Amino acid sequence: MAEKATKKEKREKIPRQPMPEQKPKVRAKNFDEVPFGYSQEAAIKEAQRCLQCKKPGCVAGCPVEIDIPGFIQLIKEEKFTESIRHIWQRNSLPAVCGRVCPQEIQCEGLCIVGKKGEPVAIGNLERFAADWERVNGTGALPPKADPTGKKVAVVGSGPAGLTVAGDLIAKGHAVTVFEAFHKPGGVLIYGIPEFRLPKEIVAQEVNFLERLGVTVECNQVVGRTITIDELFEEGYEAVFIGVGAGLPVLLDVPGKNLIGIYSANEYLTRSNLMKAYLFPEYDTPIIQGKNVVTLGAGNVAMDSARTALRLGAENSRIVYRRSRAEVPARTAEVHHAEEEGVEFFFLAAPTKFIGDDKGRVIGMECLKMELGEPDASGRRRPVPIEGSEFELECDLVIVAVGTGANPILTQSTDGLTLNKWGYIQVDEKTAKTTKKGVWAGGDIVTGSATVILAMGAGRIAANSMHDYLNLGW
Amino acid sequence: MFKIVKREEMSDGTVVLNDIDAPMIARKAKPGQFVILKANETGERIPLTMAATDSEKGTITVIYQVVGKSTALFKTLQVGDGYQDVIGPLGKATHIEKVGNVVCVGGGTGIAVLHPITRALKEIGNHVTCIIGARTKDLLILEDRMKAASNELRVCTDDGSYGHHGFVTDVLKEILEKEKIQLAVAIGPVPMMKFVSLMTKEYNVPTLVSLNPIMVDGTGMCGGCRVTVGGQTKFACVDGPEFDGHQVDYDELTLRLQAYCENEKQCYEEFCIMDS
Repeated sequence: MAEKATKKEKREKIPRQPMPEQKPKVRAKNFDEVPFGYSQEAAIKEAQRCLQCKKPGCVAGCPVEIDIPGFIQLIKEEKFTESIRHIWQRNSLPAVCGRVCPQEIQCEGLCIVGKKGEPVAIGNLERFAADWERVNGTGALPPKADPTGKKVAVVGSGPAGLTVAGDLIAKGHAVTVFEAFHKPGGVLIYGIPEFRLPKEIVAQEVNFLERLGVTVECNQVVGRTITIDELFEEGYEAVFIGVGAGLPVLLDVPGKNLIGIYSANEYLTRSNLMKAYLFPEYDTPIIQGKNVVTLGAGNVAMDSARTALRLGAENSRIVYRRSRAEVPARTAEVHHAEEEGVEFFFLAAPTKFIGDDKGRVIGMECLKMELGEPDASGRRRPVPIEGSEFELECDLVIVAVGTGANPILTQSTDGLTLNKWGYIQVDEKTAKTTKKGVWAGGDIVTGSATVILAMGAGRIAANSMHDYLNLGW
Repeated sequence: MFKIVKREEMSDGTVVLNDIDAPMIARKAKPGQFVILKANETGERIPLTMAATDSEKGTITVIYQVVGKSTALFKTLQVGDGYQDVIGPLGKATHIEKVGNVVCVGGGTGIAVLHPITRALKEIGNHVTCIIGARTKDLLILEDRMKAASNELRVCTDDGSYGHHGFVTDVLKEILEKEKIQLAVAIGPVPMMKFVSLMTKEYNVPTLVSLNPIMVDGTGMCGGCRVTVGGQTKFACVDGPEFDGHQVDYDELTLRLQAYCENEKQCYEEFCIMDS
């Protein structure tokens, strides 16, 4: 008993290990990753904070149900190779998840240690295990079932598609992923900036799946280059659709098509996928504003505002129509953005954009808002305050207020039922669509959500697809 | 890699034709659709409407004018070289229908885009008159092919070195005055499409134009190619590239095409220095 008490005391004395990171002023001028990652010592110390709960809250909070106490225990025992292989059993993209999951509302939000103090840094530990394997690992692959002889097509190589691919290749099926862009990774490549998720890491996670046997075909716009029905004709027995939301929402106010008003999709795609931040070494240009306004306050808005700083903005402002309490971005992203100098204008919305004679944006007019009654989303609805107009000078505006459903695939596929917003309807328990042999998951089902929720949907679909390939629809 | 199997220079070397091995695209492509090409790892994604396709050989034909770094880079690619990425077919196909008398107006490399549309309109049974123009005789492209694709071909040059001395709109006016035209198709530089549309509107002739705004993904994802048509925002990559010529806001399109002119100049100049 006495020994146990001392152990507990010792554990309680270990504070949550801080994540070492670049200084705000330095990092706001470069595209290198912000956090450096845990050292081995810090990871082991952090792992010692885990209570190894019999009924772990963290696992229940994880959309792909990683055995969190299990992999943390292995880190504590310095069995890093075993630890990452333990994670792989449930998650084939740990280096990504460790970096971009909203841990505070998932695993860490339900961590028992967090009830009294700070929760165990589960995300940081997951990242540590994945990074350790990448740098020091043997590269040995996890076990795989014997080939089943069944062919599966995955449309879209974002987090949902890659999860399906990883799960089904491990179960012995032959998996081909079709990607419309020239590089695989979906939002992980075109959307999330280098400083938050280095593209080298995404490439390595995709390469891991390829080494497991997944085939990745880029430049394939399913719905145009090839249709879903043609995939069946080619011998694929099951198809997963994970094409993402992929339709920008632009504001319908005067001046919306002025030069210098980008959808966040365009701004981030230019910078991340096309590497416009390296122009002219890379050929794709990007408008480098001095006074930049980003509209919206989700993760995409934070990514945009922080990218603008790195591209030389003197002012990078976020204009959001609700208040700080409603900001949907991860806490860490808001914190990082503020540290780097991003300014927030809460309770304001643009009413028009002002342009010069060359059609370039030079300013915007905004109205102040106040919060009224809750709307359908349960959040208090912003209501304009009459006569509260004010102007903001800006030469670049990034519209990051959400996305809609891209119709290219859904309109070219018979038999899919869509909801009134154009998203694909699926059975929640199986991710089955109304078309036989076709599953769907991620943003094309839910609308804009997170990487990990898309992965969770991929997991549900993969299980159902495996059952179908063995037992039938 | 998508190999170049045939290459031709025309228009004094300012315009280049490539036949590219791309069987999956060739199998699907229809007149009016485009592809996106990217030469190498650091390259830009450039949209080009296809000038022809051959589903048996598995090739597509693109014809581009050298106007900046990316097209200058394309020009360095020889037979046996290739593009790192070719994506397509993208955009909506031209609606080909028998309507009677059709006038097709083409300028610059727009003539290349017009070619498969002209041929399809003729093959379905329309009487197709083509008007093609260039600044001067040496810059005119595809005259023989356009002649074969249409019932009647009229040529214009700005300097009078060949054919009618003047603009395509002069000849168009002559035709509109003379006979009843059911459809006009105009593809070329923005000012040409604008003035053709202004003229056909006077004569109440429905007019199709094919727009070429700046694009990135070509699948409706970024909205960079947005154009205003009939007061509404449309994405040229998925709603177009063809639109009702009478409804297009050409002035906005002209401005938006200038968005990166400074960057393009810088990039092109550096490339020209390196290339020489």
